[in-house]
Amino acid sequence: MSTTGTGADAGQETGGPAGDAGGAPEGAAREEREAAAQLSTAPGEERLNVPSLGVIGWVRWFWRQLTSMRVALILLFLLSLGAIPGSVIPQTPVDALKVEKFREQHETLAPLYDKLQLFDVYTSVWFSAIYILLFISLVGCIVPRTWQFVGQLRARPPRAPRKLDRMPVYATWRTEADPETVREAARQLLRKRRFRAHVQGDAVASEKGYLREAGNLAFHIALIVLLLAFASGQLWKSEGNKLVVQGDGFSNTLTQYDDFQSGSLFTADMLDSFGFRLKDFHATYEESGPNKGTARDFQADVAYWEGGDGKEKDTTIKVNHPLELGSSKVYLIANGFAPVVSVKDGKGNVAYRGPVPFLQQDNNQTSSGVVKVTDYVDAKGRKDQLGFQGFFVPDFAPNSGTMFSQSPMLKNPAMFLTAYHGNLGVDGGPAQNVYQLDTENMTKFKAPDGSPFAKKLTPGDTMKLPNGAGSLKFEGVKEWANFQVSHQVGNGWALGGALAAIFGLAGSLFIQRRRVWVRAVAGADGRTVVEAAGLGRSESSRLPDELAALVAAMQDAAPQATEPADDAAAAKDAADEKHPTGRQGAPHEDAGTEADGGTDSADPAESSEGAGK
Amino acid sequence: MTILAAEPNEQLAQISNYLIYSAMAVYVLAFFAFIAEWTFGSRSKVARTAAALTADGGAEKGGVPAQSGVSVQVKSQSGGTAVLEKPAAPEVVTRSAAGKRGELPDGPGAAAGDEQGDMYGRIAVSLTVLAFLLHAGGVLSRSLSVQRAPWGNMYEFSTAFSMVAVGAFLGFLAAKKRVRWIGLPLVTTVLLDLGLAVTVFYTDSDQLVPALHSYWLWIHVSLAIICGALFYLGFVGSLLYLFRDAYEAKLLRGEKPGKVATSIMERLPAANSLDKFAYRINAAVFPFWTFTIVAGAIWAGDAWGRYWGWDPKEVWSFITWVAYAAYLHARATAGWKGRKAAYLALLAFACFLFNYYGVNIFFNGKHSYAGI
Ligand code: HEM
Repeated sequence: MSTTGTGADAGQETGGPAGDAGGAPEGAAREEREAAAQLSTAPGEERLNVPSLGVIGWVRWFWRQLTSMRVALILLFLLSLGAIPGSVIPQTPVDALKVEKFREQHETLAPLYDKLQLFDVYTSVWFSAIYILLFISLVGCIVPRTWQFVGQLRARPPRAPRKLDRMPVYATWRTEADPETVREAARQLLRKRRFRAHVQGDAVASEKGYLREAGNLAFHIALIVLLLAFASGQLWKSEGNKLVVQGDGFSNTLTQYDDFQSGSLFTADMLDSFGFRLKDFHATYEESGPNKGTARDFQADVAYWEGGDGKEKDTTIKVNHPLELGSSKVYLIANGFAPVVSVKDGKGNVAYRGPVPFLQQDNNQTSSGVVKVTDYVDAKGRKDQLGFQGFFVPDFAPNSGTMFSQSPMLKNPAMFLTAYHGNLGVDGGPAQNVYQLDTENMTKFKAPDGSPFAKKLTPGDTMKLPNGAGSLKFEGVKEWANFQVSHQVGNGWALGGALAAIFGLAGSLFIQRRRVWVRAVAGADGRTVVEAAGLGRSESSRLPDELAALVAAMQDAAPQATEPADDAAAAKDAADEKHPTGRQGAPHEDAGTEADGGTDSADPAESSEGAGK
Repeated sequence: MTILAAEPNEQLAQISNYLIYSAMAVYVLAFFAFIAEWTFGSRSKVARTAAALTADGGAEKGGVPAQSGVSVQVKSQSGGTAVLEKPAAPEVVTRSAAGKRGELPDGPGAAAGDEQGDMYGRIAVSLTVLAFLLHAGGVLSRSLSVQRAPWGNMYEFSTAFSMVAVGAFLGFLAAKKRVRWIGLPLVTTVLLDLGLAVTVFYTDSDQLVPALHSYWLWIHVSLAIICGALFYLGFVGSLLYLFRDAYEAKLLRGEKPGKVATSIMERLPAANSLDKFAYRINAAVFPFWTFTIVAGAIWAGDAWGRYWGWDPKEVWSFITWVAYAAYLHARATAGWKGRKAAYLALLAFACFLFNYYGVNIFFNGKHSYAGI
């Protein structure tokens, strides 16, 4: 049952007579519903009747429920409700560090959240269940609706209802022109206005605005496309980060990444072949004012190559302007400083030399980092390992009493390091974070007074370890940039789906589907009685204007017969008498006694209509 | 390091602040004028709703003239038919679909035909126009002072937001829509919004963080503001619909609402009209809101390397979108029309508001550039 009618608003009254839950059936409403049959493809709402037909009955019942508008509505509601926790609770895929912190702070809550998959809401079983159900409901809804719509397109607009004056918009007049001429004129006019019109019996039936339904179907289909594109994007995506110090390079292979995540269907051979080198980095900050130090612009100058031959090209990568290589994009994500140090061992040989990236801790680039020296011998020539842990600040204010940087600009760089020796734990064992020092098996160097050995260094300074254990020289500062390389699948489809959804939606919401009927029959006085009526898919303020324009245009072919001044009402009466064309014979005032409209007079509105005349 | 960004023009920024303050002052005057309109309007006795509900056939006529001398007759279900007749021309009758209540007549508006009330109403609208001009001047000069779109932080977002809401209201009035009833609630919230903006959210005019350097700022954020402002008008419609609907239902049950309630409710449009007003706005804005989110996703794709990453702002945009989609679905689902759908509309707007204020304040996502 998919009869529909116009409701008191832009929605529709659903269901056939059986589905009429809204109080007393009203003749006018019913007539209207019948006239509006097939005016859309929205499914009628069924009652929650419990099936009695065994397993198949239950399955059918379940399927009908799932594909009903009510359940679609509930699922939509659940979907938005289910999305909320993901914005309140830290999410592993978004910020794993935050999740760790949360776990530490909420020891009782965290296991519970884990069980409910609340740290990963958007891939959780329950969230997936909601959208998969919605997806199934969507498909289950669209297929029959599309089918129905095709049927509507192939069928002709339905014949005129018996009582046109019960339609939401109505006009009537009498004319000297004969009925056939009037109908033909009406048909041509309607055709000209791009209605699908044809003469059927004593009336012209026409319909327009099919694009509304088409738009609605397109919208829902586009949602499926969008969802599939999003899903494939999740399955085949890959995303990795690489920190590159000024002067260094990167080539796109798995081993080169600092960290790498991929969807479950990703394989390593999907990586595009390219690489790049960071030539220079520019950061622009606010130099003064209350927002001093706020970042204004970041720019990485890189040379890149694609494929095997390795011809280098120069370009810049900025925030908002990624570098696109094949199906990969290279984004500039973060930047910072890498102090260049050289470490000498106990024998005076260079044990380590190079830039060491320090990671930003606050908005002013106060950064922390470690220097690990694995290849080291102490003053006596024994094998050992060195570790330095500390801070780097680009803008040190000696008299400020704080070690925090004053701004993110490289104005007065300084480094504070504490020195350790012992086992770094880098050989074997679990993979280590290069930015952290595992001091479990290490001991601090002691100053002569017994306090831990630490030192502030500015470029050029050297930190001499106690007892001739070697030295560390702060040679200078380089900048580094962190790049995210993402390989994305289905973006084009997602965008296409989204745009199609918007256009479909616009069609669905802004286009009015409506029917117009024009009936012309010979009246008792020899004149032709013309009736015109309109019915919209939804109540529209434009429909009366449209019908008025049509009626006005029809005055050429079927001019209103001149009548005595107070005769407008008389004409109406004549029409009332006439329009049932003998089939019913009952004057309108007596509609209440009609077989199918038994309770008509229960509606004061209905009787007022008659009384008004 | 180079300085690329232009220094904000302090003088223009100052002028902008003065303009916003002046606008607020004029809004306050408009507020009092609207109050006066409602107060004087309460003198006139109107009880059309009750009359219409009990009237058993008292036909009331009125209508719309059509082209070429044809007259259009507007017939409403229980209010009877309405005709604007011209001799010797067919009439077009419109009848609302049958509902339990049929089509009740709209209230006469705040002034309710009271001459003094109407005068204050006109004054209020004129003052609102003046305030709007000052307001728009404030937003414009702020924009000029930083030479970028004037919506880079919450202060700017708030001022632009209420500017658009007032602009839309005046636009409706200019288009001869009978929406003066929105005036008082609108001006009240505009004052609240601007008050919050200048006290809590105020941020000195300044340049933007790199992630905001994009023409998508113009597209995405301006659309978000426009959608929000219009959704707000729809929200007011839905809210008043709920009150007016309760009032009509009470009358229908034969109960007698209080005097104050009667006085106010009688002057509002009929529940049906309010509902339609809210629906039309929400439905019309929804595709644009959809595009706003798509535009945001495209921008996020450029700026952050993924078009969708479940950042709090994204999550709440999604929730808002789904909530409005649910509202539109509800309207098409039997048993969910009317009040239930209106509650969904309120909820959807609450989500929008939360996305704007709540997410910026409580959550720390990638969108945390709001200057708080
Ligand atoms: C992914 C979830 C869905 C979303 C976001 C969604 C959204 C929308 C929106 C915004 C509209 C309003 C457009 C209009 O009124 O023409 C609409 C209409 C409609 N939707 Fe959905 N929908 C979804 C799923 C479904 C499902 C599962 C069904 C089937 C049960 C369905 C059936 C319909 C129908 C029949 C209409 C037309 C109502 C009318 O013509 O008034 N939708 N949908």
